[in-house]
Amino acid sequence: MSPGDLFQQVLEVVIAVFIAPLLVGWVNQCRAWLQNRTGAGIWQPYQVLHKLFRKDAVVAHNASGLFRVTPYIVFASMVLAASLVPMLATALPFAAAADVIALVGLLALARVFMALAAMDVGTAFGSFGARREMLVAALAEPALLMVFFMPALIARSTSLGTIVEALAHRPFVLHPSLAFAAVAFVMVLLAENARIPIDNPTTHLELTMIHEAMILEYSGRHLALMEWAHALKLVIYSTIGIALFLPWGIAEAGDWPGLPLAVLAITLKLLAGGAALAVVESVSAKLRIFRAPEFLASAFLFAVLGVLTHLLLAGRA
Amino acid sequence: MSQFLQSPLSSILGVVAFWLALGTIGVALGRDRDGVRFVYPATALGGALIAWLAGTALGADPVSLVLPLGLPDLPFHLRLDSLSAFFLFLLGLAVTGVSLSAAGYFRAGSSPSPGLTCLQYHVFIAAMVMVILADDAYAFLVAWESMALASYFLVTTDHRHEEIRAAGFLYLVVAHVGAIALLVCFGVLQGQAGSFTFDAMRGVTIAAPWAGVAFSLALVGFGAKAGFLPLHAWLPEAHPAAPSPVSALMSGVMLKTAIYGLLRVTFDLLHTQASAWGVVALVIGLVTALFGVMFAAVQTDMKRLLAYSSIENVGVVLGAIGLAIVFRAHGMASLAALSLVAALYHCLNHAVVKSLLFSATGAVLHATDQRSLGRLGGLIHRMPWVAWLALVGALSLAGLPPLNGFVSEWLLLQSFLFSPDIPDGYLRMLVPLATAALVLAAAFAAYVMVKFYGVVFLGQPREPSLETAHDAGPWERAGLVFLAVWCVLLGLFPALVIRRIDAVTVQLLGEGLGDAATRDWLFLTPMATERASYGPALFLAVIASAVLATFAYVRVRHHGRLRRAPAWDCGYPAQTARMQDTAEGFGQPVKQIFEPFFRIERVIPDPFDRAPRYWSKTEDRLWYWLYLPVARLVAAVSAQVARLQHGRIQWYLVYSFVTLLALLIFIRL
Repeated sequence: MSPGDLFQQVLEVVIAVFIAPLLVGWVNQCRAWLQNRTGAGIWQPYQVLHKLFRKDAVVAHNASGLFRVTPYIVFASMVLAASLVPMLATALPFAAAADVIALVGLLALARVFMALAAMDVGTAFGSFGARREMLVAALAEPALLMVFFMPALIARSTSLGTIVEALAHRPFVLHPSLAFAAVAFVMVLLAENARIPIDNPTTHLELTMIHEAMILEYSGRHLALMEWAHALKLVIYSTIGIALFLPWGIAEAGDWPGLPLAVLAITLKLLAGGAALAVVESVSAKLRIFRAPEFLASAFLFAVLGVLTHLLLAGRA
Repeated sequence: MSQFLQSPLSSILGVVAFWLALGTIGVALGRDRDGVRFVYPATALGGALIAWLAGTALGADPVSLVLPLGLPDLPFHLRLDSLSAFFLFLLGLAVTGVSLSAAGYFRAGSSPSPGLTCLQYHVFIAAMVMVILADDAYAFLVAWESMALASYFLVTTDHRHEEIRAAGFLYLVVAHVGAIALLVCFGVLQGQAGSFTFDAMRGVTIAAPWAGVAFSLALVGFGAKAGFLPLHAWLPEAHPAAPSPVSALMSGVMLKTAIYGLLRVTFDLLHTQASAWGVVALVIGLVTALFGVMFAAVQTDMKRLLAYSSIENVGVVLGAIGLAIVFRAHGMASLAALSLVAALYHCLNHAVVKSLLFSATGAVLHATDQRSLGRLGGLIHRMPWVAWLALVGALSLAGLPPLNGFVSEWLLLQSFLFSPDIPDGYLRMLVPLATAALVLAAAFAAYVMVKFYGVVFLGQPREPSLETAHDAGPWERAGLVFLAVWCVLLGLFPALVIRRIDAVTVQLLGEGLGDAATRDWLFLTPMATERASYGPALFLAVIASAVLATFAYVRVRHHGRLRRAPAWDCGYPAQTARMQDTAEGFGQPVKQIFEPFFRIERVIPDPFDRAPRYWSKTEDRLWYWLYLPVARLVAAVSAQVARLQHGRIQWYLVYSFVTLLALLIFIRL
């Protein structure tokens, strides 16, 4: 790996980590506008994080060491995940450590730790949050893998950089199967990021919570790390979606002059994506928890159909 | 003579003899309840020796030996080649770890007759070694039956309980159905080869219809031992009934001897494989995997949960073997090698992880006398050693990077991704469905492990007696640490492991993954770097440094102040341990979503009931669809046969007379 690539890699991770709260702030602001509210402004999440970091961490008497290390492990997993996703350029030295399958595994690692930490204190809300989160994930994760398999079949590689290069720089070919995959991916994104219709990020009603119920016992710096990791996860999912389904504008390996254009492209795409997410959340209602499997099963089915369509059409050609 | 001593094969036989001697020492120590357990560390030493010897034999030339035992014209033939060396390595690792913790487990009061248990334990592991070494059908079946009988006696160690006797009986019946299928399978092979030795069978190429018959019989025979659907019903009954170290060996190693046998027959004794066999194996394997994981999710007994998870894992292995057969039948040798490596790696992982987790449940069982998930909880405070080591096992079994469970899953998914190259259109259509089933099973495995770990080790203790639970002793800790370290090593350096496993694929398929796949010891690149690569060591390094950097950032930039307070729980003050989610609660969504798979009996109380009781029982539909009808049929047929028996001597004389007449007439004709 060249020093230039390494620099680019570190730059990407740093950008991803530090703009993550901004994306959340933007989505919240868009939602406020859609609901005819003034909103708290797009910088609000930074202020929340700052406040949380300053406060003491209050930990339940019954919490074990697992509870205290989990925020760090979750945050570090998300940082590694951010370093695997091509956001500005496709040359990523760390990407050799993990391909898309390992990326899914990494997200699962963070989730399992979060669920275990939620069960650690032994409260009613923590454990049901963990159960629900694992259930949603058990249905969303297969769908996500099947979504990744589609472009992997097109690019004949599971390395994310290679896939994105193949998709971004190919002559324009219509892959109907990619449309199936894109729909499935959006559904998985909503579920995995605790968004409406699966979960409600702004809920105050305990019984409807999934993600919030899991992190209920956290406070202070632990909560800040959890929230930050959660925001970073949204950035990761959004950039994966952009890289797979709207890759145009991304810089190739060693293409330094292409970088400013790539920055502009990703900014516009994230702004548009965030606004779209706010619209989706404003026009749909939260599903009952037992309707969630139907929602996720249809995402799974879409993804499988995508792969089947791809193979059928490839067989014809 | 010196050559005899130097060969790894004879050294392994020496270890087998040593184990049998240890078994008899155990019997001699007999009633000295606390003395017997110090036999087990010596067993572990033998296990480590076997693992080391087998490791050196991987990739070496096959060694054969004829023992002057057995039938007059058919002595026992033994052979150590790469395939058997691999499975001996797996056995050696598991036996080492499990025997170390067995030294802590078999304390006074853990078994009614510790001396006999010790003998059976040693006969059991010795028989498994002989199964793997056998090179003729006779020796193989003798060892196979010894293994089945020894494990039967171990399962019924606690024979004073009715349900344990019933579990043992069921196990014995299914084991013998399988053994009959194997007997016929070897009969078919012998009929073509003219001899019972595997060498003669290897020498002939069997025509398609007979080869298909032999494969199907092997699938049934070995499937009965491995727990493939629909021959799985004994497994969740028998494995939990045994003492924990034995459960560990049965799940970790005995199931793998069935996989070994299947590979031996399919790839070594038969030379051509039909694509259809692979499809059958793939479908059965993935259905088994999904079935296993669904049932694991609804269990309320920690050992039964692990037993169902074993069903899931052998299902995944069978699916990988099926895929290897499909690739091989279409002449895609390097892809067949990839799937086969995935299958073998999964066997190795599962052997280590299941031994670890069953040994951990043994420690929990000792400390708390509880197997039911509804009466455990919070053990991470009382038993930190067991809890943190079991966490390694649980994460690994959940298939999470950078531990070992993820490596085999990754390899298997890679081989699925390459299957669109298969020329057959229908098969190509099957592949996405098979992949979907596999990833679903893998995702639910994580669900099951969160349930297992969270309910047993985390939260508040569900019973007051758990407050006094004590951590595992030094022997148990040593065994658990040994197995956990192997989980991590197998996860971090897969390229080094695959370099050794490749010898097995070269032996079975004639082609391996080659040097390119494993040249770089840090990265796993089964095909080419730009196609796929996975570097678990770097992966872990980045996560670890990110954790440290975050920690340092938070401490330096902010502070490390911490206060302890009662749990928040949305401000609800009167929490009790009974308000936590239970094992039943964790199983409930799975029950609801996959209701058609289960046979559920529920009793829901009336709203006006004075003493309301709610209970639900989740059972296996196959039990009612397959096992009970067969049992009824057997009972009906034997009732008819029983009419012949009157207990009067004159009638029996008439029977013999009629038989004699019939035979004479038959000969005259």
